[in-house]
Formats: sequence, structure tokens, C-alpha cells
Amino acid sequence: MEKAGTAMNRYILIRLLSLIPLWLGISMLAFSLGNFAPGDPATIIAQRLSDVPPSAEQIAAVRRDLHLDDPLPVRYVRWLGRAMQGDLGRSYRTNEPVLSELATHFPATLQIACLAFVIAIVIALPMGILAAVRRGSWLDQLARLAALFGASLPNYWLGYLLILVFALALGWLPVAGRERTGAAVLPALTLGLGAAATLARLMRSSLLEVLSEDFIRTARAKGLPERTVIVSHALKGALIPVVTVSGIVFGHLLGGAVIVEQIFAWPGIGKLLIDSIYDRDYPMIQGFVVFMGTVFTVINLLVDVVYPLLDPQIRFARWRTAN
Amino acid sequence: MANSQLNKVNEALNKTLLRGSLDAVEPSSELASWLLNQRRGLMLRLLRDRTARIGLAILVLLMLLALAAPLIAPHDPTIVSPSLRLAAPSREFPLGTDHLGRCLLSRLLYGARVSLASAGAASLLVMLIGVTVGAIAGYAGGWIDFLIMRIVDLLLAFPMLLLALAITGVLGVGLISVLIGVVSVWWASYTRVMRALTLSLRERPFIEAARAIGVSPVRIVIRHVIPNVIASIVVLSTIEMGRLLLVISGLSFLGLGVQPPTPEWGAMLNDGRAFLRTAPQLMLYPGLAISLAVLGFNLLGDGLRDELDPRLK
Repeated sequence: MEKAGTAMNRYILIRLLSLIPLWLGISMLAFSLGNFAPGDPATIIAQRLSDVPPSAEQIAAVRRDLHLDDPLPVRYVRWLGRAMQGDLGRSYRTNEPVLSELATHFPATLQIACLAFVIAIVIALPMGILAAVRRGSWLDQLARLAALFGASLPNYWLGYLLILVFALALGWLPVAGRERTGAAVLPALTLGLGAAATLARLMRSSLLEVLSEDFIRTARAKGLPERTVIVSHALKGALIPVVTVSGIVFGHLLGGAVIVEQIFAWPGIGKLLIDSIYDRDYPMIQGFVVFMGTVFTVINLLVDVVYPLLDPQIRFARWRTAN
Repeated sequence: MANSQLNKVNEALNKTLLRGSLDAVEPSSELASWLLNQRRGLMLRLLRDRTARIGLAILVLLMLLALAAPLIAPHDPTIVSPSLRLAAPSREFPLGTDHLGRCLLSRLLYGARVSLASAGAASLLVMLIGVTVGAIAGYAGGWIDFLIMRIVDLLLAFPMLLLALAITGVLGVGLISVLIGVVSVWWASYTRVMRALTLSLRERPFIEAARAIGVSPVRIVIRHVIPNVIASIVVLSTIEMGRLLLVISGLSFLGLGVQPPTPEWGAMLNDGRAFLRTAPQLMLYPGLAISLAVLGFNLLGDGLRDELDPRLK
């Protein structure tokens, strides 16, 4: 037991350590993004500071104050040092600290992403399981068609279709904003339907794969009712890939939220990013990349750690070596 | 012991992640090596699948319409006629007009050219970069491979849309920024596939033979590796074009891509937003067009997936 436990700990430790260079890479990417911006940074910042076009002296003063003449690596290290203490600079637009702006807007995004995730699971699992069990039937065909269409509709169009039907025609739900009750439903539905299509396909193929294995034939040969074969034998194994991919799907939901928030005027970090882009608010865009990069790194880590706990093959391997 | 354990975990993890869904994850090395073995007559086999045939038919139709736009469009797509704002469909304007009195049908037809061409251009660029960098990583190995793959890992750590959006945002609006933003992220997934393909070819006898008689690495890659994988990569990138179309039109929808008055499906959606209550057709048609094109690519991909694993059909 001791030995196997060590192996597991070591696996997690290596994963953790590998995050450090990844995070440094993310920070480099974010920093260089700000430097890709067309135009002279000192001029841009000086223009932000005053309403009238800045004089050459003012631009020179900004350049001196912010040490913009230092070599790039020096500036990166200085920026990184501050970033690691949570100081990502101030937004050009609101003059608030970038990190606190991100922290204020993140819960709204998390809210619709989580709700969308639940919607996706609730739709996808029954649909995928039914399609696999009744393979080739009209139900399977229908599920396949629904999944194909679900994956093909751009969510920036689906959102408006849902508004047309549920908000304008039926009047059941608010069109936009976050204040009124039920406001989260349409954005979450917009996000969740696409993810449901992907997950349903995966659930179906994963269950079909398990159902084609020998131990299922054995279970059937024993005369077990089909329901028992599927529920207590096949489903357990078939869910593993779905759970693993769920981590990725959740990441995609957080990413997709950027466009969906724009449709519904939902005050999350996606809308914050787009507003910052329109306003050329570079510190905010940089901060967004660092922040989301960190979030996704953590999600990936969680998936990596949870996965071996789920897969019986690996658990058994551990258990066998322990004895 | 610990190492083999780690490998086992990694292997199982990769296998699971890469199986199943082309939409949820990047093109897998498993898929790539399957494609490699199916090289001969791949397109023919694909066409035996009914789903793939329907997908291809949709795409060919859309491309023909795009090509023929100047011949069949009833009007110039950019001509503004204030007196005809939001006109209902008529013989002169089969789908009616938009908020500036421009012919919707003409804009849709010309929009197909911009939308499909930009997805195609992005796809081609991504393929060129991915094939080159992936072949270098796979064939050179060592620290070059290590460095390239760390950059690839970094880019794939984000949902691709977000990074493309941030890069486009920093560069400023316009179709060129969008293409740079999308290509500078998307090459990573192709590089990963190309590297896997190169690695599996590297140890084949004919390549070893070429190496043994002293053929230079560059020549081996150009004359032996690339010709052997190009068919697979082209098929893969055809399918990937659907996703590129969604992203590029999405960025135009956000107002970052194609600028008015150029007709493009995503930008047309953006124009129509303000008229959702009064003239929903302004949003319906371009959205339908994007969906149809993406559906075509997805059907093609679905056919491929069935061929990939007939057990799951």
C-alpha cells in the first residue's frame, strides 16, 4: 500500500511542479500581448491621462516614470514580480485595480457556466444513454440529428433565437441584464445546449464501446436482465470518459461565456474583456489572460488528479501492486 | 515502479481524452495514425458514407453560390437606399432589405465569399504552419522538440477562442487581425497531430533506409514524410474548417472582424442585433447561413468518425 500511495503522490507532485513553467509561460504570453499592441505605449498612456493631445515632454515623462525604456526582459521581471503579488496594474478605463475588476465580474460568469454545465449534463446523459441502448432506432437517429444541429448552431445566433421565443414572443424570461429573476436561464441555456450536443455524442459512443466488451456478453449470457446489465455493469465504465471530458467542457463553457455574455448584457468577465478590447484597455486584457490562464491551469490539474481515482484499471493496478 | 505507474496513468488519460469527441478535444494522435493507415482512397471511403455525402453536397452548393455571387446576386450588396429601409420581400428584393435598404439576398451571397474564403485562408495557413513546425518537432527531437511542444502546451491550455480573441483585441479590429489571432492559436493543435504522425513515420523502414544512405533530414522530411501525411492532414483540416468558420464569424459578430460595409455573415448578425424586435429576419438569414455551412463540415466530420470506428456507428 505504501509504495502505491507514493506513486500516486508522486504523480500529483509532478503534475503540480509542471504547472510552474506553464504558468510562467502564460505570464510571458500575457506580458508580450501588451507589447504587440500597435503604437508607442508611452504615447497611448499619455493620451489616456489627459483630454488634450499630450506634449512631447508629457510623453517623455510617462516613458521615464514607467521605465518604458528598460529592456524587455527587465520590464517583464518587474511586471511578473508585481503580478505574483496580485498587482496586475490599473484599468485604463475605470482606473480600478485590474485584479479587483476581474474578481468582481468572475462570479457572474461562473454562475452561468455552472448552470449551463448542469443543463448540459441533464440533457446529454439520458439522451446519450437512450441513443446507445436503442441504437439504430428512430430515437437514436433523432438524438444524432439533435446533437449534429446542436453542434452546428453558433451560440451567438442561438442566443437570439431563444430571446425571440422565450423573452419576446412568450414573455417568460427577461431579455438581458442580471437584475431580474430568471435572467440567468437564457444565457445558461444558450451555452449549455452546445455542450449537451458534444457530451451526448460522447456518452453514446462510450457506452456502446463498453457494451461491445466481453464482460457484458458474459453478464447477458448469465441471463441478467438488460436493465441490470446496462445500469450496474456497463454504465459505470462508460461514465469515466464523460467525467474526464467534463473538465474540458467546463473550461469551454467559461470560454464560450465571453460571446454569450455580450448577447445578454450579462456582467461577467467576458463582457469585461470585450468592453476592454473596444476601449484598448491593455492592462485589463493582459490581466484577463493571466487570470483565465490560472483558472484553466487549475481546472486541468483537477481533471488530472481526479481521473486516476475514477479509472478502475488504474485503481486495481494500484491495489494489486500493494498486495 | 513509480515511473511505469505514471506512464500508465498518462497513457490511460490520453487515450480517454482523445477518444470520442472531435468537438470537445483537439484532433488526436490516435485519429492521426488511423488516417495515416487509411491514406489510400481515404476520400473515396469517406464518400461511401451517406452522412459525409450530404455534408459534402451542402458545402459544394454553398461554394458554388459564393463563386457565382456576381452572376446571380440581384443587386450590389453595398448600395444603400434609405427609402427602402427594412422592406418586405418582393420580386426585386427576394429576401427584403436591411436597415440601410441593402438587398439581403445579395449581401448573403457576397457574404458567403468573405466568410468561406476567410475560413479557408485560415485553414490553409494553419495547415502550412502546423505541418512545417510539427515535422520539425517530430523529426528533430531533442530540445527543439521540447521547446516547440511546451509552446504548444501553453497555447492549448486555454480555450482557443479566448486567446484568439485576446490577440485580435490587442491588434485592433479588422479581418487581418482576426486571421492573425486565429492562426497564431490554431497552429498548435495541427502541430501536435503532425508531430505524432512524423514520430510514427520516423521508425518505418523506408525512412530508416533513406537515413542510412545519407539523405539529409530536410530532404527526408520534404520528400518522404510530408507526401505520406498530406492527405490525412488535408482531410483533418477540411473538418476543422467548420470550427474556424464559427470562430471567425463570431469575432466579426463581436465587431472585431470584417468592418462595414463589407458583407460577411457574422458582421450581418451584428448589424441585425438592434432590430431583433422589429425585423428578426435580419438576424435569421445570416445565422441560418452560418449554421448550414458548419453543419456541412460537421456532417463530413461525423462520416469520418463513423469510418474511424464502425463499432460505434
